[in-house]
Amino acid sequence: MRAALSGLSSGRSWAVVERALRAIGRMNWLVILTGFFEPVLYLLAMGLGMGGMIGSIPGPDGRPMSYAAYIAPALMASSAMNGALIDSTFNVFFKIRFSKLYETMLSTSLGPADVAIGEIVMALLRGALYALGFLGVMGTMGLVTSWWALAMIPVALLIAFGFAALGMATTSFMRTFQQLDLVFLVMLPMFLLSSTLFPITVFPPVVQWLIMALPLWHGIELMRQLSVGILTPMTFVHVGYFVVLGVVGAIAVTLRLRKLFLR
Amino acid sequence: MAVIEAKDLTKRFGEFTAVDGISFEVAPGESFGLLGPNGAGKSTTMRMIGGTGLRTSGSLSVLGMDPERQGPEVRASLGVVPQSDNLDTELLVRDNLIVYGRYFGLPMREVKAKTETLLEFAQLVEKANAKVDDLSGGMKRRLTIARALINDPSIILLDEPTTGLDPQARHILWDRLFRLKEQGVTLVVTTHFMDEAEQLCDRLVVMDQGRIVAEGSPAALIRQYSTREVTELRFGASRNEALLAELASLAVRAEALPDRVLLYSDDGEALLEEVNRRGLHPLTSLVRRSSLEDVFLRLTGRSLIE
Repeated sequence: MRAALSGLSSGRSWAVVERALRAIGRMNWLVILTGFFEPVLYLLAMGLGMGGMIGSIPGPDGRPMSYAAYIAPALMASSAMNGALIDSTFNVFFKIRFSKLYETMLSTSLGPADVAIGEIVMALLRGALYALGFLGVMGTMGLVTSWWALAMIPVALLIAFGFAALGMATTSFMRTFQQLDLVFLVMLPMFLLSSTLFPITVFPPVVQWLIMALPLWHGIELMRQLSVGILTPMTFVHVGYFVVLGVVGAIAVTLRLRKLFLR
Repeated sequence: MAVIEAKDLTKRFGEFTAVDGISFEVAPGESFGLLGPNGAGKSTTMRMIGGTGLRTSGSLSVLGMDPERQGPEVRASLGVVPQSDNLDTELLVRDNLIVYGRYFGLPMREVKAKTETLLEFAQLVEKANAKVDDLSGGMKRRLTIARALINDPSIILLDEPTTGLDPQARHILWDRLFRLKEQGVTLVVTTHFMDEAEQLCDRLVVMDQGRIVAEGSPAALIRQYSTREVTELRFGASRNEALLAELASLAVRAEALPDRVLLYSDDGEALLEEVNRRGLHPLTSLVRRSSLEDVFLRLTGRSLIE
């Protein structure tokens, strides 16, 4: 066991994050901003536009809430997902297949676990940045009604962590840009169905179970509970889901990087 | 004590054996060359030394450690210059050095000071704030080498350091590498340029199809596998082959190529006189010193292996 784990880390993931921060400074900020505006546009169009026709809708505790307040936490969870997934799929793919960045990193005293954690943290920061901006928009629109909403920030980090680890692990198996399109193929239906814009109770039970197995539903339910300050045993299930997803994902990424570049 | 010690080192990729049970040692401060045609197993050997390639069998010790099990520790004292430049194109020239130093966990102050020294060493001070993509091939190569020095390595692995560079860039690079050698850094160089091997290496092994086929200093290898001088004669394509038998009797060894005949001897001028005395009269003739290239071609053959 010791032999299998030796050489995986020198405890310097921070150097990988530092590199990413320097690279981001030189990136096209427009690309970064689009990821932020997508959920904001949804909130304005759906929340205010359609919300006016829908009126109120039962919230997590059964009490009625405005449609905008209902979808806002869901959009914040999606926002965290977007940022984390875009970074951990497209950007990571480029670094694995084309720029050979990870190969270069691994020819220094960095180990695969350092690279995995550093890159996941970076994707997570991007997801968190989107979520934080979105929380600001929610506050401005008067959609934050509980102090528990502050807990939505660390939760956004947790959601981004889970998706970043999942995204990076999946990307390590991809060989062409075409395969990356699968990411969108999964992201869009998951976004539309995971109780983002309407409760999943409209679906037959089988479909409900399927949706409840997917990560975004847990993220959305968790965010929605916090937005109104309702905690139930399910809250901990949601948190646990993302902790496991993130940890398992990070381990998978480490092993994949080792398999790809140390062979 | 040797800084690198390989014994029966073997690497297989499925059915294919890339490195086939090679053994060698590299002494501290030595400049050691791995020569061989493409596909001989040079780069695979380099990757195993750096611990980024896992061996199938055999033992390997680098600075007293096993690079496979103590990869990060071994690489902390290693400078790696890969075959193709893998600079970070998302970062500026200076940041490439800084960030790379940080990968080794060096404190920022130290890395910044070292970066300025290395920019000077690589003659890139004016390009410090340029984008990597805007550098010429020679500049990129120098930056890659400078980057490999950021952690003050005691061993530098150079995989075909000057492939694709013009003569000026090559000579500048050789000069920089020679300075490192003077500072006591151990160099391990792979190349298929014989002049490069003669310039840089104290000792070298010739590899072919995963095996070591010869080992020694450039001069010793020439003594062992070639003669002091070579006489090159051209009789025209039709006569080269026909005259081979007669010419061979005059030389230590003779070889007919499509365009010329090579005669190996210790006194090329005397041999040429004898050829003329016999009335064979080549169209052109050239007497030169034997080079490592003669050794290389003798050991690894003239046909393409790929």
